[in-house]
Amino acid sequence: MIALPHYLLVSAALFSLGVLGLLTRRNAVNVLMSVELILNSANVNLVAFSRYSAGNLEGQIFAVFVIVVAAAEVAVALAIVLTLYRLRRTPNLDEADILKG
Amino acid sequence: MTAEAIVFTVFAVLTVGSALVVVLARSLIYNAFALLFTFFGVAGLYVLLGADFLAAAQLLVYVGGILVLLLFGVMLTHKIYELDLKTDTVQFVPGLIVAAGLFVILAATGWRTEWAAVPRPPEPTTREIGGLFLGQYLLPFEAASVLLLVALIGAAMIVRRRKDA
Repeated sequence: MIALPHYLLVSAALFSLGVLGLLTRRNAVNVLMSVELILNSANVNLVAFSRYSAGNLEGQIFAVFVIVVAAAEVAVALAIVLTLYRLRRTPNLDEADILKG
Repeated sequence: MTAEAIVFTVFAVLTVGSALVVVLARSLIYNAFALLFTFFGVAGLYVLLGADFLAAAQLLVYVGGILVLLLFGVMLTHKIYELDLKTDTVQFVPGLIVAAGLFVILAATGWRTEWAAVPRPPEPTTREIGGLFLGQYLLPFEAASVLLLVALIGAAMIVRRRKDA
């Protein structure tokens, strides 16, 4: 019988993998992919709680807003990455240290 | 094992396995295509959870929009003749320790808590979600549309080439 804890387990795995990617990757596009993993894990949690709590759809509404914010975030973040690449000729985040005094 | 358990296992393994490839594979192209399968797996989990509208939105927005944008990012931030789009990792062991600790805490909490589980009967949700968006959640809905507009204009402003630069 599949119940709420199984979905929470999948979501926890997705979230931890996203955090691992966020901490270990140097490439900015890879970091964005990890952020998408984290947002997806939060969405799985929201939809699972919506399914297993007596008949309201609030979780799914929240998940739709998370998807909207993710779309806006990835558009702006990619614009920043492209500008950075044009400026420094590198997609690596730890080489973007222009602001360091 | 019931059919539901089998389908859940397939989608869960697909999601987590391809997420592993996203995080661990060295080639950027492998990462991007593994992310495609992660999004498909999550959409499958949504279907299993009775969220039909969200599953369709996941496929349209994530696979059709965000993944394509990320692929653009991969292509535009590398010289196209560098065929091995390799990336390296930093501080792998500390990151692994933090992520594993986080997973243990989250999984133990989710697994051992006694959730008051009252399953919702699986029925079409699109009509109800539309009603909520045009009723109770009208203001956040409009704010989200303004946010999208601002994000698109902002992104175009950031990447445009300035004349004086």
